[in-house]
Amino acid sequence: MIEIKNLHKSYKMGSNSLHVLKGIDFSVKEGELVAIMGSSGSGKSTLLNILGMLDEADSGTYNLDNVPIKNLNETKAANYRNKFLGFVFQSFNLINYKSALENVALPLYYQKVNRKKRLQKSLDYLEQVGLKEWANHLPNELSGGQKQRVAIARAMAAEPKVLLADEPTGALDSKTSYEVMDLIQQINDKGNTILIVTHEPDIAQMCKRIVHLRDGVIEKDEMVEQVRASQYV
Amino acid sequence: MFDIERWQEIFDTIRKNKLRTFLTGLSVASGIFILVILLGFGQGMQNGVAKEFEQDATNRIWVSSRRTTKEYKGLNPGRIIRMNDNNFDYATSELGKDKLEYKSGVYRVNGGLINYKNESGNYGVQGVGPDYQFIENAQMLSGRFLNYDDLEGVNKVVVISERVQRELFKTVDPIDKSLQISGLNFQVIGVYSDAGGEREENRIYVPITTAKRVFNGGDRVNNLSFTFKPQENFEETLKESNNFTAELEEYLKQSHTVAPDDENAVRVFNVLNEAKRYFGLLDNINLFFWFVGICTIVAGVVGVSNIMLIIVKDRTREIGIRKALGAKPWSIIGMILHEAVFVTAVSGFAGFIVSMGLLELLGPNIEVDYILNPSVDFNIAITTVFILIFVGAVAGFIPAWRAASIKPIVALRDE
Repeated sequence: MIEIKNLHKSYKMGSNSLHVLKGIDFSVKEGELVAIMGSSGSGKSTLLNILGMLDEADSGTYNLDNVPIKNLNETKAANYRNKFLGFVFQSFNLINYKSALENVALPLYYQKVNRKKRLQKSLDYLEQVGLKEWANHLPNELSGGQKQRVAIARAMAAEPKVLLADEPTGALDSKTSYEVMDLIQQINDKGNTILIVTHEPDIAQMCKRIVHLRDGVIEKDEMVEQVRASQYV
Repeated sequence: MFDIERWQEIFDTIRKNKLRTFLTGLSVASGIFILVILLGFGQGMQNGVAKEFEQDATNRIWVSSRRTTKEYKGLNPGRIIRMNDNNFDYATSELGKDKLEYKSGVYRVNGGLINYKNESGNYGVQGVGPDYQFIENAQMLSGRFLNYDDLEGVNKVVVISERVQRELFKTVDPIDKSLQISGLNFQVIGVYSDAGGEREENRIYVPITTAKRVFNGGDRVNNLSFTFKPQENFEETLKESNNFTAELEEYLKQSHTVAPDDENAVRVFNVLNEAKRYFGLLDNINLFFWFVGICTIVAGVVGVSNIMLIIVKDRTREIGIRKALGAKPWSIIGMILHEAVFVTAVSGFAGFIVSMGLLELLGPNIEVDYILNPSVDFNIAITTVFILIFVGAVAGFIPAWRAASIKPIVALRDE
């Protein structure tokens, strides 16, 4: 599903250049649930942003579902993001003047699904994350966990090939974190490919594979025994 | 172009951001409102000033003659030049044929001691024609002015001023009373008032034929006075009337053997040249209001740009989210501009309608000094509305375009 070869990325900080990713080789197969771990500054978020086409690599190749991702202009990147990827952010990033339902429907708007159909579909996804009754509430009327579940529903609504989650539990307490992880595991069980960036070992343990990043290189790449989040809920 | 989904999205946004929409709309509407009212009062002021000036016949031409100052064709300087009936006839029927509106010769009677019963006073007695009323813009308060019958019949009638009535007749109604001019009886037929005030009300008018016969005038005429027919526009009138006065002056100098460069002997005074100055003043007033108006538009444009900038800044994060969800840059730009133009247009027209309505309603009732019927040219006002909408869109485009081209990751980090 994802194939990365010799990926480099550096940021310019004034006159200095900060080399963040120093040659990453990495691949993910369909249906995997991968955690990317590392201390802050290890380059894990940068890697995820590049995977999500929110940012561009300096060199190296990146294939997503056998499509080479290169020479992206904004329009092309927008197309790929819409077709291939779903995002879940640490700070939820819901549009605060739109209801939960409308937030979930937004990627479908950009897929040119008509209004009636996209609202129906969005409601289905909200139901899957257990928030059907909250469909018409604004984000600020929801708890953190609920917001993140809306965000996950939104990411799933576009039926992406890969779900990318950047510290999805970073802003949540552990109980809520486990609930969110339970949801993510359920989605993975249905065969969706998911990448999670986290620095919490317990969250990482709930994935099937952990990639350790350190100073811009992959330090360790291991398969783990998945801990089911449902036992903590 | 008409994308129902886009409209729904925009109406959603507007509905959910009432305050922002309201403030944007308010500033646009009040900008247009102020502009229209300002332009309206500019027009009102112009109307008012024009009215103040229109009390005198501005197309008046006045000819007088004095002594020569230059030797010419063997004649000594210092000769008194006296115009005569032939000069008047030639000026009106040859030179000024079809060009003159009103015409009258003026014969001034020397030593005009006037008395009515025991009251007496010294006033200027002038023999004039019926047209003179219009040349002087004299308003009749009672009775009538001189007419052609008076002229033909050499009637001994007189038109007195309000001042003479006040000073000689006191409270008595002067019409049909008998008045003595240098001891000769004249019947009062009318009382006039002149906006020119006391000085111009120092005169009383008798038929020019009577004046010349009774006071031994012969064929002498002291002054020629005319008003020039207005042409298509002011410039044209000015040019034509100056041609006429030049011809007239040349003719008079020739017929009285006056040196062509003798400025004193024959003087032709064209009031239009004076009028030109106050028309210039009106132009300047107009210019000033246009200047203020344009400044207001510029201020409005800056205001709209500012609002657009803030809106876009406000929505940077939202734009980042939308891009992460697959929005193309052009759809972002389109969305922001679509909304901006919609809000600007609706509120712009609202301000336009309210201010135009106010001017229409109140305008005709406003009559202060120098301000009369403030109104605004519909086309000018509507054009400014469109300019504001257009410039608002252009001003919004730049920040929208920049926002749409920042990387989503940067926009998302924006807290």
